[in-house]
Amino acid sequence: MVINPIAPRSAALVLLLVAALWGAVPVARAQEAPDAIVKRVATDVIATIKSDPAIQAGNEARIRDVLETKLLPNFDFARMTALAMGKNWRSATPEQQQRVTDEFRALLVRTYSSALNSYRNETIEYKPLRMNAGDTEVTVRTLVVRPSGAPVQIDYSMEKKADGWKCYDVIVGGVSLVTNYRDEFNDQVKNGGVDGLIKTLADRNRGVAAK
Amino acid sequence: MTTFFDRRRTLRSHACVVLLTVLVAGCALGPSRDDPFEPMNRTLYQVHDAVDTAVVKPVAQAYIDVVPQFIRSGFSNVFNNIDDLFSAVNDLLQGKLDKFGDDMGRVVLNTGFGLGGLFDLASMVGIERGMEDFGQTFGVWGFPQGPYLFVPLFGPTTVRDGSGVLVRVALGPVGYIPNVPVRNSLYGVGYVDLRAQALQTGAVIDTAALDRYLFIRNAYLQRRRYLVYDGKPPPEPEEP
Repeated sequence: MVINPIAPRSAALVLLLVAALWGAVPVARAQEAPDAIVKRVATDVIATIKSDPAIQAGNEARIRDVLETKLLPNFDFARMTALAMGKNWRSATPEQQQRVTDEFRALLVRTYSSALNSYRNETIEYKPLRMNAGDTEVTVRTLVVRPSGAPVQIDYSMEKKADGWKCYDVIVGGVSLVTNYRDEFNDQVKNGGVDGLIKTLADRNRGVAAK
Repeated sequence: MTTFFDRRRTLRSHACVVLLTVLVAGCALGPSRDDPFEPMNRTLYQVHDAVDTAVVKPVAQAYIDVVPQFIRSGFSNVFNNIDDLFSAVNDLLQGKLDKFGDDMGRVVLNTGFGLGGLFDLASMVGIERGMEDFGQTFGVWGFPQGPYLFVPLFGPTTVRDGSGVLVRVALGPVGYIPNVPVRNSLYGVGYVDLRAQALQTGAVIDTAALDRYLFIRNAYLQRRRYLVYDGKPPPEPEEP
């Protein structure tokens, strides 16, 4: 069981201790609390970025590698894509859904790595998790404090899946990453169908500038 | 620019007219569409983007490259300190006495002990900025946001937020400085400072957006909604 040693008084630890007292230890790993996941992954990714000389030198491929192995397994990209597409998701074929998901995932990874490139010793504060026993959806709230500039609230919408809690939206300062794409996706589908959307996403991922 | 800001009284009456327009426009359009002037706004965005790419962005980048970080922070802090005072005014207008205490505490601390606002001591001791403005106050009072507008060199706004900005500019304090070159320099530095702070965000948008106009519009409207509800917006009504 991985317990983050940096913040021993976290709600996550209390949850895990309670689980242990109930003799639920064997399933605790599969049901790691959502805020514990966010904290563990964020701490791990930041520690890796800080200690990796290649990343410090701006090696984007290396940053993407870290994101692929540590961050992305915790995201539910199919749900993110479905939310961003809205009603168009249901009218797409399963193959189209898969292709949009793959391209959208690639776009988000590119965005994330370019944002991480500007990482400058921010610290993350974790707000107490408000969650009831049977909840399958929660929001994990964090505050990113920057050395200069106003702190930014970053919230993670998480859903309980068979293989643990997965993030399906990131809300930065009140701006939902997923719903922010809704009009753009809608526009693309209206003008060129789902295939038009796939093509635009693929073009963007190959570095073609946005209009 | 000079004569514009000299005629503050006229500007105030303009602000009133715009406020009335907010109400009328809000009633006429209903809540269904945020951006009824999209074709015009897109044209204005293109104008803005061309000028920004050719002039404003390079100037802001040069400002970052040439002016040391601590001086830039000093400028930002002085402007933020003035904004904190206006945030306090808006806390009162919205009846948020806790935030009023925080914002006034910030202004007193930073003005008195932070060399007139050059240093942001209040943030160092953990007093958060209220970040309230007149646009948010109008929102809290129940005014509809009105049509989305893209104003070249200024950026995204709505009729409601734009009215708030006009009220804010009319009240000063930079507009009250009698020396015209000093006043205009302050406007200039404040403008470049704001643009420089947004460079990083701009780079992320360039990577993330399929259509930058829509991306900026939606992010702006989401952000303002979040601010009006103090970080706890109710769920968005589903699209029909």
